[in-house]
Amino acid sequence: MSKPIVSVEGVGKRYHIGRSKGAQRYLALRDVVASAVASGWNTVIGRRRRCVSSSPEFWALRDVSFALDEGGVLGIIGRNGAGKSTLLKIIARVTDASEGCVRLRGRVASLLEVGTGFHPELTGGENIFLNGAILGMTRREIRRKFNDIVAFAEIDQFIDTPVKRYSTGMYMRLAFAVAAHLDSEILIVDETLAVGDAKFQKKCLGRMGEFAASGRTVLFVSHNLNAVERMCTQALCLESGRVRLHGRNVRAIITEYLRTQTDDAAASVWVNQGGALDHPVVQPLYFAIENEDDEPLDGPVRNDRRLFVVIRADVRQLDPAMCLGFSLYDDDSQLLLSSLNTDVAEEHWPQLEYGLIELRCELPRRLLNEGLYRLELHCSLHCREWITRPGYGSPSIQFEIRGGLSDSPYWVQARDGILAPAWRWKRRLLQPSRFSDHRRRLQHSIASSNSLRS
Amino acid sequence: MPQVDAGSWEYEIVLQRGESTTYWTDLWRYRELLFFFAWRDTLIRYKQTAIGIGWALVRPAAAMAVFVGFRKIAGLPSGQVPEVVFVFAAIVPWQFFSTALTEAANSLVTYSNLVSKVYFPRLLVPVAAVATTLVDMVITLVLLAVLMAWYRVVPGWQIIVLPLFVVLVVGFSIGAGILLAALTAKYRDFRYVVPFVVQCGLFLSPVAFTLSSIPERWRTLYSLNPLVGIIEGFRWSILSGDAPPSDAAVLLSGSITLFSIAVGIWYFRRVERSLADVI
Repeated sequence: MSKPIVSVEGVGKRYHIGRSKGAQRYLALRDVVASAVASGWNTVIGRRRRCVSSSPEFWALRDVSFALDEGGVLGIIGRNGAGKSTLLKIIARVTDASEGCVRLRGRVASLLEVGTGFHPELTGGENIFLNGAILGMTRREIRRKFNDIVAFAEIDQFIDTPVKRYSTGMYMRLAFAVAAHLDSEILIVDETLAVGDAKFQKKCLGRMGEFAASGRTVLFVSHNLNAVERMCTQALCLESGRVRLHGRNVRAIITEYLRTQTDDAAASVWVNQGGALDHPVVQPLYFAIENEDDEPLDGPVRNDRRLFVVIRADVRQLDPAMCLGFSLYDDDSQLLLSSLNTDVAEEHWPQLEYGLIELRCELPRRLLNEGLYRLELHCSLHCREWITRPGYGSPSIQFEIRGGLSDSPYWVQARDGILAPAWRWKRRLLQPSRFSDHRRRLQHSIASSNSLRS
Repeated sequence: MPQVDAGSWEYEIVLQRGESTTYWTDLWRYRELLFFFAWRDTLIRYKQTAIGIGWALVRPAAAMAVFVGFRKIAGLPSGQVPEVVFVFAAIVPWQFFSTALTEAANSLVTYSNLVSKVYFPRLLVPVAAVATTLVDMVITLVLLAVLMAWYRVVPGWQIIVLPLFVVLVVGFSIGAGILLAALTAKYRDFRYVVPFVVQCGLFLSPVAFTLSSIPERWRTLYSLNPLVGIIEGFRWSILSGDAPPSDAAVLLSGSITLFSIAVGIWYFRRVERSLADVI
């Protein structure tokens, strides 16, 4: 076929930030009425109408273009929030692009949301029909594949049982079976969203491989770069909603993507630019992880070096509720610990003073394992107010620990586990040896002569 | 490449700024989903409730009892037709309209987890809600037939016009339903507006009384409520009444129905584009 199966031209997606956040998620009629009344009133009294759409915009995707021929497998990579899932949602037609154009030559099946539309009260068989219809199958098609789906899901005896009585495993198998039997020209797989265990994800990948092998077109979002390299014929790397790299040389793109990722890890300093976080009590200005020479880290650091978390802030009111500190996350964004200046007994708290202050905290050496870590700034008024809250878009810095795990000759490579403390062990003699001094001396001399010989 | 039904799918979809070139084709391709949605909702409704399908009988029967009592107290004349049948003939379209409107208005919000995750023509959602209510109407019509047999009321030739009025009430429910579904999805306030509108509609529609109890000069104005023509039409065709609904009332109902469908679709398509983001 000469024309590409999927062609995306200059696609962008814009969100209004203020509107879709927290309690203000739904557009309430009163807001519309209020702004209409206000603007009407302004017109009446002759004031110029203010621009109503002052809510800040956010482009989740901008100017994305690519084309995919029949049988092509496109791997989409990028960091969290780079716009990968938004792009897939636009191609799956769940949401609409704010600009640009998408051309699809065929049906789109997605393994984004298996089991969508399942109803717990309906039986397995009924749900197969319903879910199949939602995914775009015709009744005839479903009837023909019904037995295959049941066999694939291994639920033959429970076909007339309401799915609310199914085990989670059965439920997932059934849901996946329906999605996997949809014959479409285009398949969309978002592995980052795929729920379920490793076995299930493997099944997803397997099905995707079959799809690609049969010459159909696949779009694949994954953090699993090995899978991308193995399966994809082209790769697309997104960064902050824009295409950074795109091409058929998948390996080169992955390598380049990995290289820039480690560059980002060097961002071990955060400096408050443009006077953000302007708070009457305290304004954080600087947040960094420094070495013993008071310099921010500029690359991976050995585990036996001294590391300091440094926070500088402008104190404007001496408020005893003021807490400054950080939360430490590992590479998988799992919170390891939090530390604040107020963690100890009150008399040991650092004395606060008006003006620019610096707080330092030394991280224990040889506690963390090798790997990438992220620190997020914590700044709050105890039990009253968050100024920056870890996990909620707080300023963050990163550092990497590599090497220097231990001085032991036995401990030469990184072990599993989040922590890798090199602790000293002590010995207590509970009972003296049964051997006499003589025999011990004899053993010792044999041992030393053996070692001499070898 | 297994070409399963490929012939029917060989088409190109162009999505540009929220506009799909295949809007109406898609709707047609997904027509079976309408049936599945209606089937699912009917199944679920009657699986989850204790007396199941009985609710389709109990609700109109209870409403009828109330109205018959009301008419007795108010001393309204019903002519030679038994009171029970007279009221029930109007309850059939009213019950359908009020239920369909409420269900359709809430449908997008109820289906929000589906709408934000999978693509299918969204217009099917409120239409399916109306279709589900249609099942109830069939059941109430059966109950009406039983009542008529009991009271020995034989319908005349006018009964053949009944499908026209059924089409009218279904059409108007769809038009108003999709408009309110879009409005409810965008402004949640309409969740409170719709029950209120339905409540007022009961008193503005000739369910407990007839058009003839309205002063002559107000009748045309009153017929702006499309349900007036519809309900009067139901009564006339079922009971072979001597007072056929005025042409003006029927014409008004018809044109308002068409207008509501047009406005409903127009507004729905506007909201639809950003639905997954706002819902």
